[in-house]
Amino acid sequence: MSFWRKVYAITRKDVLAELRTKETVSAVLVFTLLVIVIFNFAFGTQRDIIEKVASGMLWVTFAFAGVLSLNRAFVMEKEEGCLEGLMVAPVPREVIYVGKMLSSLIFMFLVEAIALPIFAFLFNLNVLTWQNVAVVLLATTGFVAVGTLFSALAVNTKAREMVLPILFFPIVSPVIIFAVQGSDLALSGAPWGSLFSVMQFLIIFDVIFLVISYLIFSFVVEE
Amino acid sequence: MGRAGSASRQPSVKVTGLTKSFGARLTLKSLDFQVETGESLAILGPNGAGKTTLLKILASIMEPTRGKIYIDGLDLKRDAEHTRRRIGIVTHNTFLYGNLTAWENLDFYARLYEVPDTKQRIEEMAAMVGMTQRLHHRIATFSRGMQQRISIARALLHKPSIMLLDEAETGLDQQATAMLWEAMKGEGSEKRTVIMTTHNLERSLKATDRFIILDKGNIVHQGSTRDLDLQALERTYHTSTGSEP
Repeated sequence: MSFWRKVYAITRKDVLAELRTKETVSAVLVFTLLVIVIFNFAFGTQRDIIEKVASGMLWVTFAFAGVLSLNRAFVMEKEEGCLEGLMVAPVPREVIYVGKMLSSLIFMFLVEAIALPIFAFLFNLNVLTWQNVAVVLLATTGFVAVGTLFSALAVNTKAREMVLPILFFPIVSPVIIFAVQGSDLALSGAPWGSLFSVMQFLIIFDVIFLVISYLIFSFVVEE
Repeated sequence: MGRAGSASRQPSVKVTGLTKSFGARLTLKSLDFQVETGESLAILGPNGAGKTTLLKILASIMEPTRGKIYIDGLDLKRDAEHTRRRIGIVTHNTFLYGNLTAWENLDFYARLYEVPDTKQRIEEMAAMVGMTQRLHHRIATFSRGMQQRISIARALLHKPSIMLLDEAETGLDQQATAMLWEAMKGEGSEKRTVIMTTHNLERSLKATDRFIILDKGNIVHQGSTRDLDLQALERTYHTSTGSEP
């Protein structure tokens, strides 16, 4: 219980700070809306093209928005040495990882919850099906699980905005590939049965990324 | 500060063969020393001597390359959670979140340290550092000195028996500095063990029982501050480190 109480303390602190500044969610949301609007201008009313590229558009938007969000995940901890404050506390390093991961996940889900209806409205596509929502939830979890780890790694580098995507995208690419496939099937109205293998892969990657990131986080944050 | 406690008790901090290297560069070279319960120790030395690295290792922010550290007889690495609970740290970084209020910051750390009666303890600490009136203001609106006061409250929140101070007086006015040293004495009958790094020889003479001089990762001198005056300490420091007076 102590583990989860401390995880909650870290996540609560991040959410509280975000509610004050709205720095991460507003920046990511503006970026997301901008990309959606640009795609909307680019493809206009060409229905056949939109249907072909819709899942790609969705995941280009979420992937880059996710990197933007993850880039900020540990910035707050770096100011005034707060990460050291967490490391001195009687808290396993894994608690820090899970707490930070959950707060990043909350911010990403919030952005996606706002972006998906706008996407549906502008492109007149039914992206709010249960199938697509399930793909988005699973893919975002894997994305954030490994992204939090790399965010902790990149925050100590000078060019963290550049370092994070360079390190992170090659690792997370399987999740993005399956997310695009899953959303493509979901948008074409495929039943749950045909999404089974994609979902299976996304769950496997989620578990692998969560376990590995959880286990190696302490090596990343300790100097 | 108080003088050393009874020699029959086990040391508060015991360091054996502590070595830290960054790649091929050895920052700390097989250090051995111990600090008795209630004793205060100053770690002196020029820039780059390894003082902050040593303190970071004692605080378990950094892993040593080799060597062992025992806190009240517990292995710092093996019993990390128990030993960290006994340590408080004040550095030139405050470990405070600028977008949160002083109360929210202290409440956050109280949750991590599982401090009982959180509300009462936060109020006690705020009163001690003279910040009761500003408890619900954001940290970002505070002066450096006020932030450092809250940082002292943060470090003492869980009643640590060992305090680590790394250039802790940075940004503090005279009143706050006096308050810091008063707080270091401990609460009730319990005397705190204090390990501090400083460039201020006069302060180390006034506030500590013993000193260690570090130079290039080695302990080049250690002794008691009891029978020394400032001139003698300065002479010892400059002779040990080969620095200009």
